[in-house]
Order: sequence, then structure tokens, then C-alpha cells
Amino acid sequence: MDRPGGGGVVKPPAFDYVRVDSADEAVELLARYGEDARVLAGGQSLVPMLNMRLAQPRVLIDITRCAGLASISCEGALNVGAAVTQATLEQRRTLQTESPLLACALPYISHFQVRSRGTVCGSIAHAEPSAELPLVLAALNGRVTLRSLKGRRELGADAFLIGMLTTARRADEIVEAVQFPLLAHGERQGFTEFSLRHGDFAVVALAASVTSARIRLAVGGVDDRPRVVEWPMLTGSALDDGLNELAWTLDARDDPHASARQRRQLVRRLGRKLIGGLCT
Amino acid sequence: MKQYAAGEKHLVKFVLNGRPQQGWCEPRMLLSDFLRHELGATGTHVGCEHGVCGACTVRINDEPARACLTFAVQMEGARVDTVEGLHDEMGGLTELQRAFRRHHALQCGFCTPGILMSCTAFLQRTPHPDEKQVREMLSGHLCRCTGYGGIVKAILEVAAGRGEAPHA
Repeated sequence: MDRPGGGGVVKPPAFDYVRVDSADEAVELLARYGEDARVLAGGQSLVPMLNMRLAQPRVLIDITRCAGLASISCEGALNVGAAVTQATLEQRRTLQTESPLLACALPYISHFQVRSRGTVCGSIAHAEPSAELPLVLAALNGRVTLRSLKGRRELGADAFLIGMLTTARRADEIVEAVQFPLLAHGERQGFTEFSLRHGDFAVVALAASVTSARIRLAVGGVDDRPRVVEWPMLTGSALDDGLNELAWTLDARDDPHASARQRRQLVRRLGRKLIGGLCT
Repeated sequence: MKQYAAGEKHLVKFVLNGRPQQGWCEPRMLLSDFLRHELGATGTHVGCEHGVCGACTVRINDEPARACLTFAVQMEGARVDTVEGLHDEMGGLTELQRAFRRHHALQCGFCTPGILMSCTAFLQRTPHPDEKQVREMLSGHLCRCTGYGGIVKAILEVAAGRGEAPHA
């Protein structure tokens, strides 16, 4: 306390802070520092990790003032830039028609005081297994645009999200944008989750897309990454059998929030309710 | 590009509650600590320091935000509002603060500054909330005294009793 500005009143480890004005500058720094650098956008996942010293980067690259990363465009898919906050996407007037699944899932993310700063791309880059946005991206088979000094590459959600807090992003790459496919004609989408209180991590979260021909269901919170299944249209006991089989193929584990058995049961019950509601 | 080296102190300027303020800090200093220890603005409280409890909620460029998940250096040129800035034209309590007093919406008061900042932002965006919306907004704050009942009542009363956004 007697040493203002340092010493006794700081919690995170020391780092160089660089506020960049463009993605060009960000990828130059990433090329130079690689794994020693972390990109800071909303900071709602990264800063807790810094405060608890679970991450100790040498350099933080703040992209929140990159105007080029702050836009949402809609051309064939909903393209969301790296600096777009969850609140901005949630408040987009046309979201309900473009992507009902996103519109439905966004309010489940933490609290509105967190969504106001947390970014869409940041949540996906963080790849928390119970987070809503990676789950939605997986359910819709969305894509991630990665950029480095060498150029851009695009990965599907399945190739990008490879494990708990683990993605296919290379150390010199930034997640520049993510793309969510638009609602197709005749497609219906829905989202549901169970958590101990509103805004907590999901114990089980489900995202579904249903057409007259098929059911696509993504499960979050159980395995170490979103798990997606696609079935031909199933109803009644065939749907129950499908959900039961799915529940047993997931690597459900006991933790202080719920037992593996409860998680399997939630997959069966919530899945039935969600898909049932979309098929009527 | 603007660089701030680790271990060195840097001058940071922003507008706090309508007045220009400045102070020195390392890049790793959280906004919550900067407000309290550098600027002496101790109205913003610090609870969990990882974004869960909501005690440190302030407004950054009008949006509610956790000061403990924000670095002070990020605030260069921004507008930051804290509980110290809440008052009516005469310097008295705001409508929301008076309602909190009427409904015993605080006991120890530790969580109150954060809740007031959230509510002020929330009521501007959602002038006529229902109880469910209020409770969802409050899920971003932990209060261990009141059981939230009084807080919900105070917010709903303010929302019902006025046609315009509350005075920040």
C-alpha cells in the first residue's frame, strides 16, 4: 500500500503491454514473441487466469482499439471480428433472423456485466469446454479465420477446437474473425443449458439444429470439447435411444458441480425436451 | 502502436466521474487497484478479483465492467464512472440510491457500489424491466446480507416510478 503503482497492490505477473491499432501490428508482434505473447481482447477469461497466475505471458497485445477488427458483417455467413463484444452481437437487431441459435445462447453467457466486455472470438479462442460460444460454433459447423504474417487460413470448428482450453491456433496466429452460418430455409434452432445458478459455468449445455431430414446436436460441459452428432430425423423412442447412446459415448466425469451420472441424465432429458420442442 | 514496458511506471490519463484524472502505474496494475490506491477512489470495492462477485463493477464508456478484469493502462483516454459519481443535481443521493435506502437494499454495503453501477447502466438500457430481468442482472453480483429481496424491490420501484432513464 505504501508503494503506489506497484509492489503490494498488484496481482498479475509482470508483462509488457502493447496497444495495437491494427491486426497487422498484432501479427507482427505475435511473429516476434510467439508463445510468450497473449492477445488481450475483452480479458474476461484471460485476466482471471493472469490474476491467478495460471498464465504468465511476457507480452500482452491489446486489440480492443483495432477498428478493423470491431465489425460484424453478414455475407453468406455472420462474420464477427476479434474485437466485437458479446453484448454488441447480442444487441444486433437482425440476429434473431440471421442466427436464432446465437440469439438464444448469448444471454446464457456469464452476466451482462461480463458480456459488455467479453468478446465472441475471445471465448472461442479460450475454448472452455462448458462455454456457450464454442458450442454454438460447433453446432453450426462455423469457421475460424486465423491470421499470421504468412497469411490467413480457415478452420472448421471441429478442426479448431481440439481439447480443454486447447485449439489449433499456432503461436504466431491471431483469431481474426469467426463465421457463423446463417439460418437455412426450413431449419429450426434451439439452445438450453443447466447450471447451478444463472451465469455459472454450464453443467450441461445443448445446441440443436433441426430440419425435416436431420437433427444436429452439440453437447457442451461434459467432454473436453463440444461434441456434435448428426442423425436422420428421429422421434419417440428412437430419439431416446439416440440420446442415451450419445450420453454414454461422452467422457462424462464427476466433479463438485455434478456427477457423471447426472450429466448423462441431463443430456437425455434436456436433449429430449430441446429436440422435441423444435420438431413440433 | 503504444508500448508500456513491464516493471516501469507509466502515466495514465482518463476521465473519472466527469473530471480528468491521471496517475502512474505498471502495466499489470488492475483498474480496481489503480482507482483505490493511486487515485484514492475507494468507493469501488474489491472482492474476488476474478470477475465473479461484482463488487468492483464500474462503468467504462457507459458500459458496466469489472474493474478487476481491466488493466489501468487500458483506460487511457476512456470515461470511467464509479459510485463516487452518483448524485443528483444538488449533490444528494440519486433516485436509485434513495430507493435502496427505503427498501433496506443494503446492510454491510460491501457489494452496493458495484450493484448501483450495474443498475444504473441496466436501467438506461432496459428502462422498464420485469422482475426476472432484474434478477438476471443481479446474478452478476454477490450480496451475502440482504437476500436480494430489497434490492429487487428498490430497482422495480425506480423503474415503475419514472418515465425516463435514471440520473447517473
